[in-house]
Amino acid sequence: MVPLSYYLVLSGILFACGVTGFLIKRNIITIFMSIELMLNGVNLSFVAFAAHWHVLAGQIFVFFVMVVAAAEAAVGLAIIIAVYRTRETLNVDQVNLLKL
Amino acid sequence: MLSVHLILFLAFGAVCVAGAVNLLVQRHPINSALSLIAVMAALAGEYLLLGAEFVAALQVIVYAGAIMVLFVFVIMLLNAGVEERTQGSRVAIIIGIPGMLIGSVLVAWVVLRHSGTGEVAVGALPGPPKTIGDMLFHEFLLPFEITSILILVAIMGAVVLASKPPSSPAEGPTQKVKD
Repeated sequence: MVPLSYYLVLSGILFACGVTGFLIKRNIITIFMSIELMLNGVNLSFVAFAAHWHVLAGQIFVFFVMVVAAAEAAVGLAIIIAVYRTRETLNVDQVNLLKL
Repeated sequence: MLSVHLILFLAFGAVCVAGAVNLLVQRHPINSALSLIAVMAALAGEYLLLGAEFVAALQVIVYAGAIMVLFVFVIMLLNAGVEERTQGSRVAIIIGIPGMLIGSVLVAWVVLRHSGTGEVAVGALPGPPKTIGDMLFHEFLLPFEITSILILVAIMGAVVLASKPPSSPAEGPTQKVKD
């Protein structure tokens, strides 16, 4: 028997790693992967709560989160390809046209 | 006393955390992508421990399979190199790191202290994939159909965004015809 809180702490650690990567990474693809890591952390807490309260809707929500993540990855990577085609860089510090 | 369940949980959790930290430490995006695949595979193991076979299978097929293949493909397509480190702001280091540590310790303390009564048994979820399919096509039919529209829009958006701008392919053939 594993306490529910262990699962929540693990999902919190994964989410925190995702936030940290989002903030400190400079490569746009790695930043995007950090977002996927955050989504995975949230999915784990969904499934843990679903198992704790014996409610199957949690798993359905994980299914929807995965669908949205897949759509987001497809569009996001297409945007990255378009940015690379015009700016010739993947460094987010050099994509600063809208900066004052 | 350590039960087998707890040992498996700790093993998969250690792989998860190690992969997540490795994602932050590595400087080449392809190494980060491979460590993210390790995190997702270990998470599938955690889902199996919770009894969510459907979600575990989806995690391996959709996340570790489809989405990460897309990432690796784009990394290789764009020939992404080692990222350059830039100097972060000093305020972020002085205030951000202690603030983050205090916040995470607080959250972990609250979670461990106040929700530690409930325990999750091995295979605690009652639902086989058949039940999930029933729910998906009865109670959650409208969201399911809306997500299918979302996927359709995403496919069209990705094709439009990633295809070459119309000027460059149009110039090539017409010039050849004129010559």
